[in-house]
Amino acid sequence: MSLNTLSIKKAREGLSKRQFSSVELVRACISKIKERKNLNAFITVCEKEALEKARQSDKKIKDRIDLPLLGIPISLKDIYLTKGIRTTAGSKVLDDYIPQYNATVVKKLEDVGAIIIGKTNCDAWAHGSSGENSDYGHTKNPWSEAHVPGGSSSGSAVSVAAKMSFASMGSDTGGSIRLPASFCDVVGLKPTYGRVSRYGIVAMASSLDSIGHFTKNTDDSALMLSVTAGKDLNDSTMPSKNVESYESYLRRGVKGVKIGIPKEYFALGLDKRIKDNVIKSVKSLEKEGAKIESISLPNTEYATACYYIIQPAEVSSNLARYDGIRYGSARQNFGDEAKRRIMLGTYVLSSGYYDAYYKRAMQVRTLIKKDFDEAFKKVDVIITPVSPTLAWKLGEKTSDPLLMYLSDIYTVTANLAGIPGLSVPIGFIDDLPVGMQILGPQFSEGKLFQVGKAWENINL
Amino acid sequence: MKPVIGLEVHVELKTKSKMFCRCSADYFGKKPNTHTCPVCLGLPGALPVPNKKAIEWCVMLGMALNCDIPQFSKFDRKNYFYPDLAKGYQISQYDEPFCLKGSIKLDSGKKIGITRVHMEEDTGKLIHETTEGEDVTLIDFNRSGVPLVEIVTDPDFDNAKNVLDYLKKLQQIARYLNISNADMEKGDMRLEPNISISTNGELPDYKVEVKNINSFRFVEKSIEYEIERQTNLIKESVKPTQETRGWNQAKQKTVTQRIKEESSDYRYFPEPDIPPIRWTKSQISNLKSQIGELPEEKLKKFKENYKLSDYDAEILTREVIQADYFEETVILGKKYGLTPKQIANAIINRRVDLEKILPAKLIEMIISAGKTDKVNDETLRKVIKEVLEDNPKIAQDYKKGKNSVIQFAIGQVMYIIRKKIDTEILRKLIMEELK
Repeated sequence: MSLNTLSIKKAREGLSKRQFSSVELVRACISKIKERKNLNAFITVCEKEALEKARQSDKKIKDRIDLPLLGIPISLKDIYLTKGIRTTAGSKVLDDYIPQYNATVVKKLEDVGAIIIGKTNCDAWAHGSSGENSDYGHTKNPWSEAHVPGGSSSGSAVSVAAKMSFASMGSDTGGSIRLPASFCDVVGLKPTYGRVSRYGIVAMASSLDSIGHFTKNTDDSALMLSVTAGKDLNDSTMPSKNVESYESYLRRGVKGVKIGIPKEYFALGLDKRIKDNVIKSVKSLEKEGAKIESISLPNTEYATACYYIIQPAEVSSNLARYDGIRYGSARQNFGDEAKRRIMLGTYVLSSGYYDAYYKRAMQVRTLIKKDFDEAFKKVDVIITPVSPTLAWKLGEKTSDPLLMYLSDIYTVTANLAGIPGLSVPIGFIDDLPVGMQILGPQFSEGKLFQVGKAWENINL
Repeated sequence: MKPVIGLEVHVELKTKSKMFCRCSADYFGKKPNTHTCPVCLGLPGALPVPNKKAIEWCVMLGMALNCDIPQFSKFDRKNYFYPDLAKGYQISQYDEPFCLKGSIKLDSGKKIGITRVHMEEDTGKLIHETTEGEDVTLIDFNRSGVPLVEIVTDPDFDNAKNVLDYLKKLQQIARYLNISNADMEKGDMRLEPNISISTNGELPDYKVEVKNINSFRFVEKSIEYEIERQTNLIKESVKPTQETRGWNQAKQKTVTQRIKEESSDYRYFPEPDIPPIRWTKSQISNLKSQIGELPEEKLKKFKENYKLSDYDAEILTREVIQADYFEETVILGKKYGLTPKQIANAIINRRVDLEKILPAKLIEMIISAGKTDKVNDETLRKVIKEVLEDNPKIAQDYKKGKNSVIQFAIGQVMYIIRKKIDTEILRKLIMEELK
């Protein structure tokens, strides 16, 4: 068994028992990155720095220093600011940008011993559902290189799926973690808005951006959240809510857990095979003692329209600072998708249109949030498909942005409501991975891990 | 024809740190770009964290201006491009500011409505210079993110004198609250009047904004110039253009800076990086209790409680430091039988350096100045006679009704005796001798 295929948990055990070294882990990952270079998962690989960090980690392990991620190679979506390491956000505008500071999450990960192996490819500015909007070339799906890996955290999902890193940090504004996780057969968590600090991560749409991660399994996802979550005084949108012991949820099983199945997420437009797979998975959870209930989230149909007003509005403002005056290149280097969102956002915020678009969308957002509040009075979690379709072929939707936007219909709702969502793999259709989404109330990540782990145990 | 003037005043708060980061807000005269961080430089990923003190001070200023403090408020983004604006938007407040609907009474008795008082951040500063023979524009971000409070009045002014009076009052209040130095010359207080001329008593459908008024001295001149300019245009049946003009001190006139066809579209929307603010009633009342006596109350108290003249009271309450100093001295002076009037005289006439002379020392000075040497009347009469004999003009002038010669005689007597004598006693004796 190659070292890079291990889970974080197993790798940590092996490291502390001195069965192998951190240097060996890094080497295994680096050689996989090189072997599958054609997947184009990374924009920057930090081979030398990672090996040096691995050597230092091995010394610490020898000195019996114990840290949750000591010696574990991880990757970061290239929108995480890394001091001294180029950060492009997948855009030529920031082609030569080397940050002067680390994102809070980067600092937290380094503090617990993680080794940054590289910066992963993504849709420029995290705008996209397929990874094809990257100015550094598209990322390929490791299960079928003719297909998209999902986006915008495309390289992050691929780096974990192809065993190039043990975990990868991504960001989810409308589904950018959950969708690629489901297309690549890995576990992807979008935490509650405000659970993980946004400080130092290139902003896409500030009121929707969620900072989460990809892992090989639910145990590792819980571990990653336990080290990245928690109050950061640099992010004023974070409530002071204690970080739970997520690990304690993992062995609880699903007996008595009430699972809601929203009819709106299983309606027209959903690939029947995906529908059948998700229902089958839910049925097997029922066998384990979960209670299944049919529910309704009536405002779901307005979610995508609402999202595509609020998100571009915030994007248009957030991208204003990239004026090429202090760093980066001129604005004509923005790609088509960024330009499209800047124009869309500028339009909906313009005087005379604000009330009709932005204000209205904010009202709809409140309704969507209320739908979930009502639903969670009846059920503990909600299970839905992640995407209405399987991973599509590269180039298939690039000429039709609207079609691309619609691939997020099941994921944008969680961002609008600020609730957490976990995407877990549930099998393959036509040799392409499929995932299901587990949603819960705000700050219920523990519950999501509980259900996710129960599902994993069924499939052992 | 009647001038219609409204004012927008920006007051820079003197908090230790900036509005949304922990950089020092003390930028005046500092080396460029030394008080900066990812937040005030607008670097990717940086997020604003509001300065609690600045918000509280903004609310206190609003309270001092008799504003309503809504329980809900929020920050908004004002989007526009300018090289000194690091993020491409300014964090400000749009439709739900911290303070609304206040008023202030001028000396003339006229009441000026305060439309709103809101919180925002300052921008960086552009410096145009020639470096190595090339014309360049440099940016200093030390000022970027310094807390600014904007006070907007209703269009209630009709002359420059009232504007000046308002500004002085506003400055005085900001200093009393100890929230700003409110120094116009240093840019702590910036004024932008909107001036137009009404021909029918209604609000005109245009307005001219005047910038670059960076001193109290230019306020009256620039506004009066503008009123005259617009009045002349209207007399010639020309409607003044809606525009922004700048005061040119050298030419003593306003000049066109920018012609606005319509109002700019700043695409305001709620700042998603900062949660809205919800005040509790106790937070509001707590802030209210932190406001000390304001200039108006102090003035009233000085006149009524200390029986000072309007003139003395006005001088002593002009600056809060002086007013507090006076009151402290009055309390101490009471033990030595000094009256508030004596203390007021001492402070005003001696131009006491408040930082060097403590109240106790001032009292000592007043008391010792009042002490006189005891000399018996016999000796005094002898000296007075000598003086009158040596200066026969004294008696002559006195007979002509020149009472001021007595003062001269007093001086001569003191000079010969070389002692400090109660002038009232001396005056009496000299007059007796002159009879």
